[in-house]
Amino acid sequence: MAFGDRVLWDGLDLDVAPGEFLAVLGPNGSGKSTFLNVLLGLKELSGGAVEVGGQPVTSGSRRIGSIPQQKSFPEDTPLRARDLVALGIDGHRWGPRLFGRKKLNERVDTLLEKVGATRYADQPLGILSGGEQQRLRAAQALADNPDLLLCDEPLLSLDLHHQRAVSSLIHRQACDHGAAVIFVTHEINPILQNVDRVLYLAGGRFHIGTVDEVMTSDVLSDLYGSPIEVFRSKGRIVVVGIPESVEHPHGAGHTDALMAGE
Amino acid sequence: MDTTDLFSTIFSFENYAELLPLVSNSIVAGALLGLVGGLVGVFVMMRDMAFAVHGIAELSFAGAAFALLIGANVVGGSIVGSILASLVLGLMGARAKDRNSIIGVMMPFGLGLGILFLALYQGRSANKFGLLTGQIVAVDDVQLGLLAVCSVVVIVGLALLWRPLTFVSVDPAVAAARGVPAGWLSAAFMVLLGLAVALSIQIVGALLVLSLLITPAAAALKVTARPVLTVVLSVSFAMVSVVGGIMLALAGRLPISPYVTTISFLIYVVCRVIAWQRMRVRHNRDAAEAAVAS
Repeated sequence: MAFGDRVLWDGLDLDVAPGEFLAVLGPNGSGKSTFLNVLLGLKELSGGAVEVGGQPVTSGSRRIGSIPQQKSFPEDTPLRARDLVALGIDGHRWGPRLFGRKKLNERVDTLLEKVGATRYADQPLGILSGGEQQRLRAAQALADNPDLLLCDEPLLSLDLHHQRAVSSLIHRQACDHGAAVIFVTHEINPILQNVDRVLYLAGGRFHIGTVDEVMTSDVLSDLYGSPIEVFRSKGRIVVVGIPESVEHPHGAGHTDALMAGE
Repeated sequence: MDTTDLFSTIFSFENYAELLPLVSNSIVAGALLGLVGGLVGVFVMMRDMAFAVHGIAELSFAGAAFALLIGANVVGGSIVGSILASLVLGLMGARAKDRNSIIGVMMPFGLGLGILFLALYQGRSANKFGLLTGQIVAVDDVQLGLLAVCSVVVIVGLALLWRPLTFVSVDPAVAAARGVPAGWLSAAFMVLLGLAVALSIQIVGALLVLSLLITPAAAALKVTARPVLTVVLSVSFAMVSVVGGIMLALAGRLPISPYVTTISFLIYVVCRVIAWQRMRVRHNRDAAEAAVAS
């Protein structure tokens, strides 16, 4: 994958199994979001092929669910919690909802129960906390029992407690039902107990493997081309020494801060 | 002018029964506009486009003024003006920031053009003023027909777009991932919005369209988050403002717009107070629960 002469990655051959939880890490600008957009069919690869469930991806596929970056809804959004989930089910259809409201409501209720959001089902969306809103997004993404669930930094700006809760929820609901999860994140610690494999993108290169294989001083030093130390402490991974800039002009310092402490 | 005079200028119910039938066209038109304004307003609020409405209104005014000058249909002129403005905005200002600067540039130009055309116009001065601040008696049967057709177009269009447009407006990232065509929806909405603005100008005037297209929806959003109720309230608020404004304007010697804007403003204030009260209750309850928990 490349933009002009800037190569984001090259020769990436990745096969994600049903039920697998893949974390995608890397500094800003390393191509994590592009990676997701390719899978969503919103961007085309500059070379190579991408398939989901044995078929080429198409934009708007019902086999893929997605949870976007955590971004709060404005306070006066004219939707309740349940209305957001309902949009995930049939929001792409034309015309007003004339028939089948009862069936739709039942489906929404089941989804809300799955993510533990029944308590605030009828609350206005705008007054819910970030964690509550992300649970709704999970319900929305799970609406079609997708084969693949794509998550773009869904934990950003949540507190630690909610980070763990939301990531376990995603893991339980998706992987236990045979869906693969691709989880883009800055911060591996909240999802450490759920991750099967890690794809680390940096500086136009990448490394794939289990957490233990990828999150080591040697691998990261090699990817960034400068010495990096990875420590393990009380079940957490602390990365020290990620350079301010990795051939990308903006934001790498931010990554460093997020990786090093919680 | 002393106080009694002032009062009878604002309210005078002499001959009211005789006047009412004369404006029946206006009242029907007002009710239609209330319906259209209330519906469109919900999306204007969701998409954060209040400023765009204002910009479109000024170009619509220029179109109407031009039609007046050359003796063409004024409603037609304002429709052409506002659809052109909406298309320019839709094509050039996909991002909110670009959009605002384009509107800022277009708005004074439209207003200037409109004033130029009015200055050149040699006819009745009431016609001129009416385009800016609204009028009640000007709706004849032909215009009412045109208004009705355009209203139906807007209402049917919105009904078709409703769900995907809501999806793209509140949740663009997920909607895009779901394959909802954001670009087309936004362009289609701009055209409907342009139509709605052009219609509103006929009654409340270019300067005060926001009182029909923003205030009722903003008030509704203060008191509810239920989608259906939001629409019902927004439409009722808009209808009460326009129809009530026309009926009151009949009783005084003033243009219609101060009545319409005042009613819609008062509704908004009441809704804000209700929202504020509710928030206080919720806050107190949370505080009480926290106290019990600790």
